[in-house]
Amino acid sequence: MSVKTLPLVFINLGGEMLYILDQRLRATSTSEDNSEKVMNDIVGTLFSKTFMDELLKPQQLYSHRTLKTVLTRLAHASIMRLNPASMDRLYELTIMAFKYQVFRCPRPKDLLLISYSHIDTIRELVKDTSVVVNQVDETHRKIIEVYSSLSEGEFQLLRQTLLIFFQDMHVRVSLFLKNQIQNPDGRFALPTSGPVPHGIVVPGLIRVFDSKGREVRRSEFPAGGSYSSPVREGSFELHGDRVISLGMNMYVLGGTVKSTKGDGTPNPLAKEELNLLACLIGSLKAENMPRAEYGFRINLFTTDQEEEEEADGTSDGAEESMFGVINIQAMQDEQSAAELARITGQFAEEEEQHENPSGNKGDDLLAMMDDL
Amino acid sequence: MYHKEKSIQIKNSASALYNNLSVLRIAPRRLTYFTVVHANVVNMVSASWDGLNYSHRQLQSKEPNVATSTSLIMQVAFCVLPSRDLLVVTSQKGIQIYESDGSIMVYWHALDTSDAPTAQAVFARGISAVWDNYICVGVSSGAILVFDVPSKGSNITLSEVLEEHKEPITDIASECSGSQECIADLVSADDGGNLCVWKSGKEFQLLNKIPGFDMSCSSVKLWKGIVVAGYGTGQIHLFEAVTGILHAEVNAHARWIYSLDIAPFSGLLLSAAEDSLVRVWHLTVTPETNSVEVAHLHNECVTDTQICGAKFCDGDGYAFAVTGYDLSEIIRYTQL
Repeated sequence: MSVKTLPLVFINLGGEMLYILDQRLRATSTSEDNSEKVMNDIVGTLFSKTFMDELLKPQQLYSHRTLKTVLTRLAHASIMRLNPASMDRLYELTIMAFKYQVFRCPRPKDLLLISYSHIDTIRELVKDTSVVVNQVDETHRKIIEVYSSLSEGEFQLLRQTLLIFFQDMHVRVSLFLKNQIQNPDGRFALPTSGPVPHGIVVPGLIRVFDSKGREVRRSEFPAGGSYSSPVREGSFELHGDRVISLGMNMYVLGGTVKSTKGDGTPNPLAKEELNLLACLIGSLKAENMPRAEYGFRINLFTTDQEEEEEADGTSDGAEESMFGVINIQAMQDEQSAAELARITGQFAEEEEQHENPSGNKGDDLLAMMDDL
Repeated sequence: MYHKEKSIQIKNSASALYNNLSVLRIAPRRLTYFTVVHANVVNMVSASWDGLNYSHRQLQSKEPNVATSTSLIMQVAFCVLPSRDLLVVTSQKGIQIYESDGSIMVYWHALDTSDAPTAQAVFARGISAVWDNYICVGVSSGAILVFDVPSKGSNITLSEVLEEHKEPITDIASECSGSQECIADLVSADDGGNLCVWKSGKEFQLLNKIPGFDMSCSSVKLWKGIVVAGYGTGQIHLFEAVTGILHAEVNAHARWIYSLDIAPFSGLLLSAAEDSLVRVWHLTVTPETNSVEVAHLHNECVTDTQICGAKFCDGDGYAFAVTGYDLSEIIRYTQL
């Protein structure tokens, strides 16, 4: 549906991912140097001009599989390595957090405020590295430029596209359950109370007018909730009070998640975009890593097995898991980069092939039906 | 006034789309069909009136004979014409028309994506039967395609393209199909809240344009010459179709309205929104004094659910059905 979802998807999912990573890096006492490096590398990649420009091209939303792969590559743009189980759970958590924000978004255009909240916090996380802060600012300006002129209807289409993407995901997150924003069955709470969104009137009034436009009667009806007047509107500028709390960092403790069933079939068209994006991330990472320093592995979420191991008296996970980075990643990227041109060319051809048959097939069907 | 009945389970959950429920009552067979959109699939349930038999069918939006890429469906609606009932499915790729039980596709119209600017999404949305033999479908460019439908067979043709709206069509509605005579028999709404009132015919005539206020009109109905329009502000406006005079304004909901429906024999109005509430109202139109009355009758809250479809199951409004985002059931209510 909407062809403008990707930049907001990556800013918000990327943002949620960074909130969790930041919290877990602190909780596992990772050194400040390493933590800062991880943040800078990921944020630098996410907010790089090439990456953002690619996302800003009008295109359909990726499948879950593609999105998870790109986010994994993003996380691995740093010296940190996540095992697949950690990455799966990280993805589920970020998706559920963003789903909650989109679901409870007061007005469709408040999706921007949620995105800007994420950008605000990301800026804080990398505030000591001015190069990265500049990238964040540049991207933020670009987003403001592209999205400020969209109508409410277009934002709602964007929101509906995202809601379809999140459909049927009911992973229970302990933090959400504890704060009662999620029910035990995994569905989010939707209160019929509180301030109405900015620009909306509290329900309860019927007004009748005469043919000259003068009000002749007004009556009230029971609205069945306890709504109050709207609060002030959040700022859509580069800096400012966003007012709504959706999109702010709510992680104090890590969340435990239960696994869900897998998502649907892969989207063949998205595969080409995946390759292109992966190449972009890969080529950037190769530039940013001059020396073969050692990286570190981190388990974000304890599995049952790991809890047992800890109970046996071993020290905290991160320390004992440090070992040299595997340079296979760099090799793969070089190969992919060489393939970049070929893949882009191939994608353009495939796109053309795909577009042509639609008209012909329609005619064929009509002709066939007429013959029946 | 109403109480909840046993829900109908559907194969997938409903997607967050405007007007995401369509109902067709088939009295001779004592059946009612319901259709709900889930991403790229239409879930169709046929429910017998005695509540004992349910049968399910799924339709996908795909171009005939193209293996890959099903596309996202925007809306599905039954179109009741004097001679036949049809099911229309609108998606990002085009418009499909099926026999009303979903068994056979009788027509496929591909959307022309070539001259749309690539920065905009392309899709069809807004479906209504008009008069004896027309089906109107809206498009994201703002155009309305008018299809001429023969009384049987698949020789459906594109008769006219109405180009009045500049923003994506959200909903289209009509009244007076077949026998009755009306001055205006079609109304169309768009994402800017603009409304166009038409008279159908070999060449459709634009009778009136009611400007919007930069807020999407997501659902619209036409009854006794009155346009009933629901907006993203949660408000409902009632206009006299031909003159555009605003008769009434209701601050109906705290969030975006997703669905309106009218039971034509009783004047009951149903409104449903993202705020999880469904409301039943009564409309009275007095032609002599040219006045309209709106009375609130009933509320239903579907806890923690953003409602996306609500329809009366019969012309008197004795029963209505509701769908919600992420909900895999059709909730039903009947009068006590």
